[in-house]
Amino acid sequence: MTKPLLDVEDLRVRFHLRTGTVEAVRGVSFQLGRERLGIVGESGSGKSQTGRAILGLTPPPGEVTAKRLAFDGIDLLTASRRTLRTLRGGRISMVMQDPKYSLNPVMTIGEQIIEAYQAHAKAGRGEARDKALAMLEAVKMRDPARVFSLYPHEVSGGMGQRAMIAMMLVTDPDLLIADEPTSALDVTVSMEVLRILDELVTERGMGLIFISHDLKLVSSFCDRVLVMYAGRVVEELEAKNLREAQHPYTQGLMRCLPTLVDDVRPLPTLNRDPAWAL
Amino acid sequence: MAGAPLADTPSGLRAWLLSAEPHSRWQARLGRFYLGWRAFSRNPLAMVGLSVVVLLILVAIFADLIAPYSPVVGGDLRTQRLLPPNETFWLGTDDQARDIFSRIIYGSRITLYVIVLVALIATPIGLLVGTVSGYLGGWVDTVLMRITDIFLAFPRLILALAFVAALGPGIENAIIAIAITSWPPYARIARAETLMIRNSDFIAAVKLQGASTPRIILGHVVPLCISSLIVRVTLDMAGIILTAAGLGFLGLGAQPPMPEWGAMVATGRNYLIDQWWVAAMPGLAIFVVSLGFNLLGDGLRDVLDPKAAK
Amino acid sequence: MIRGGGHGSALRSVLKNVAQFIIVLATTLLGLAAVTFFIGRVVPIDPVIAIVGDRAPPQVYERVRMELGLDRPLIEQFAIYLKKAVTGDFGNSVLTTNPVLTDIASAFPATLELATLGTLIGVIIGVPLGVLAAVKRGSFIDQFVRVLGLAGYSIPIFWLGLMGLLIFYAKLGWVAGPGRIDVTYSYLYTPVTNIVLLDTAMQGQWDAFWDAFSHIILPACLLGYFSLAYISRMTRSFMLNELAQEYVIAARVKGLSEMRVIWRHALRNAAVPLITVIALSYANLLEGSVLTETVFAWPGLGQYITNSLQNADMNAVLGGTLVIGAVFVLLNLVSDLLYRLLDPRTR
Repeated sequence: MTKPLLDVEDLRVRFHLRTGTVEAVRGVSFQLGRERLGIVGESGSGKSQTGRAILGLTPPPGEVTAKRLAFDGIDLLTASRRTLRTLRGGRISMVMQDPKYSLNPVMTIGEQIIEAYQAHAKAGRGEARDKALAMLEAVKMRDPARVFSLYPHEVSGGMGQRAMIAMMLVTDPDLLIADEPTSALDVTVSMEVLRILDELVTERGMGLIFISHDLKLVSSFCDRVLVMYAGRVVEELEAKNLREAQHPYTQGLMRCLPTLVDDVRPLPTLNRDPAWAL
Repeated sequence: MAGAPLADTPSGLRAWLLSAEPHSRWQARLGRFYLGWRAFSRNPLAMVGLSVVVLLILVAIFADLIAPYSPVVGGDLRTQRLLPPNETFWLGTDDQARDIFSRIIYGSRITLYVIVLVALIATPIGLLVGTVSGYLGGWVDTVLMRITDIFLAFPRLILALAFVAALGPGIENAIIAIAITSWPPYARIARAETLMIRNSDFIAAVKLQGASTPRIILGHVVPLCISSLIVRVTLDMAGIILTAAGLGFLGLGAQPPMPEWGAMVATGRNYLIDQWWVAAMPGLAIFVVSLGFNLLGDGLRDVLDPKAAK
Repeated sequence: MIRGGGHGSALRSVLKNVAQFIIVLATTLLGLAAVTFFIGRVVPIDPVIAIVGDRAPPQVYERVRMELGLDRPLIEQFAIYLKKAVTGDFGNSVLTTNPVLTDIASAFPATLELATLGTLIGVIIGVPLGVLAAVKRGSFIDQFVRVLGLAGYSIPIFWLGLMGLLIFYAKLGWVAGPGRIDVTYSYLYTPVTNIVLLDTAMQGQWDAFWDAFSHIILPACLLGYFSLAYISRMTRSFMLNELAQEYVIAARVKGLSEMRVIWRHALRNAAVPLITVIALSYANLLEGSVLTETVFAWPGLGQYITNSLQNADMNAVLGGTLVIGAVFVLLNLVSDLLYRLLDPRTR
């Protein structure tokens, strides 16, 4: 394989608190090309923190260490702040969970997309505006010009998330991290949003990291899946091979997924083995 | 909050207080108080505030023992007027040859008198208005809140000024005036708290048991408002002290020869340039006591209402 | 689901807001008038005797009593009082025998000048301080702002003013003393707006301007300190709240510079409640000006009220109190309005 898009080796994220040190991510390693990788885990498994660490946005008092953390050959651990800012938004982007909170409430949607574009392209306002409108069309907004001048609270959840996708993809990044992009949406709306995401990622040949707690969703959307538990990767496999999962945690998760066909009573739950957290 | 297992507690009392299964309501209450105290005492600034307040109370009680001279009877008007701080008169003397240090000591009684009375008058009024208004709702609520808003619409000092102007200068009138301007914020807080618990299940349960409205309000709603009110009243103390001092400065509070700190600053104003200590010292006392109450109030808020902590 | 509804309902909601605004304003002012009326009646001094003296014969007493309307029922007296208040008739000042409103009108600009300058200082210094304290949380600046705020809530303003005069006027001679302008300069310009700084500047009397400036700077800084203590503390609090929000992280994800994230995103959001804080701070300075004006012999509304008080001029005191109360109410409502205008979510 040629130089991977993202090369992560032994990533660790620690939080030094007054009451002690918490290790949110404990030695995660993987490589990513222009493919789709899903990271699945429950709350507290460290999946979101992995995404943030790649972007260099670990909140203080966090500390990020790794044997290797490189994007397209650029060492993210030693890169200057300026380099990181150029990469962020320009070549690596992130779609966040709830557009109600992740969009600036006092700026119009159009303004925010323009801002994202102008941060990485030397473009005038006119060109940026055209780009923004084109992007809004690409995410299938019915009336792009109108949505352009709306405020985030004036659009529905699905539209807000599509606006967020537009904002994060307007700069044509190489890698997109999607952190629970549909968890705040209801089922039909989230299907629509995923379809748009699917199209755009394929069209532009981007790498995608899809972070979610929804195993089924991730397995249908991605090529490979990483299962995280207590800060570690416990299993890594091809999405189509999920049924042959080896690790008991993954097996447990698969067993817990309710199906419409079987009627299993009592509903299976997960029996956590403390050995998994070691 | 689950009782975190503490490393071997040697003393039986501590273990009893921290026990996760108290046997009586008193044990539970004392235990909670003890935990609150521990959290509070870990905050150095809050402890400073507490010490200042305790010091104020002690000084006021033992003024007779601490003050070296009389606060009202001056010394020799020919030789002891306006002396700078020295060994005999630690903070100097004023224009009537009175020892400033002793006057400040006795002035602490006036300060304490004012804040205790204002708190005792304003808090029940605010509590009552707020809980009744919040619980009964409807037009009672609208009317009471309109009245509260109207009082809140006046800047506190100005309204107090107007009242004192009408009633005449004097410390009792000043206390009444300040109390009248102090209760509205307490009413608002009490009402906000009442609104939150008005529809809870336990209130409904007591109602179903046949409790009358006054009993519900006094027995169940009021106790739950107390902790936020305590915080607010303590934080307000500094404002009350400053307002009282302001009134005193304008000659509207305690009348001479009472050693009220604000009035002392006013006297010192005439001698500001050459005998600055006459004005500086009492003002410093006001500052220190206000600061103490503010620190205490901040500390209490951090313990009793951690959501509001910065 | 997009909020729409066309122009009709938007207009209706604006009208509803304006109507609510007016109703609240009217009832509060009514209440204010009631309170001052009540205070006026609480006075233990018999107003009739204050006019005719205690040796007047009964007929004279009765006549003056009827003239003052004191024989009518209380409600009617209140109605008369209200009618007069609305037309600006607060009676005549016992001291100056001018209509109280005239006296207030000439005293008000001085207070306005002081409060405005004080608020300006508070905002210009307080907001950046607050932002810095929030951004560099836990640092020296952060502690400094907290201490500043704490002191601002604990220091008696009249004492600090006196100490300021002592140090900066008496000992250092950096500023002028009490009063608004030296007598010698006061003849060099014609009062137009009664705001000395404006008048002297507009008329090109620069010597007078600088003298007036050296008089106003100390009391303005005094008020400014209290203003900035409050504003910086609130700014810090609002900024901390905003910097913890998801959209700030999203802004960083977009690769924006930290400066832009702080000012264009966080502060822009914090500005919404901050504007109301600034309006309230302005209102608070009106209260602070009472004591400040006494210390600095500043001929404003505060001094007017305290002087009248010491001369038992009840008409003046009540008129002044009502005016300040009304301005206070107005400022509170304006700050409410500003909040709604600035936050697109409430429109």
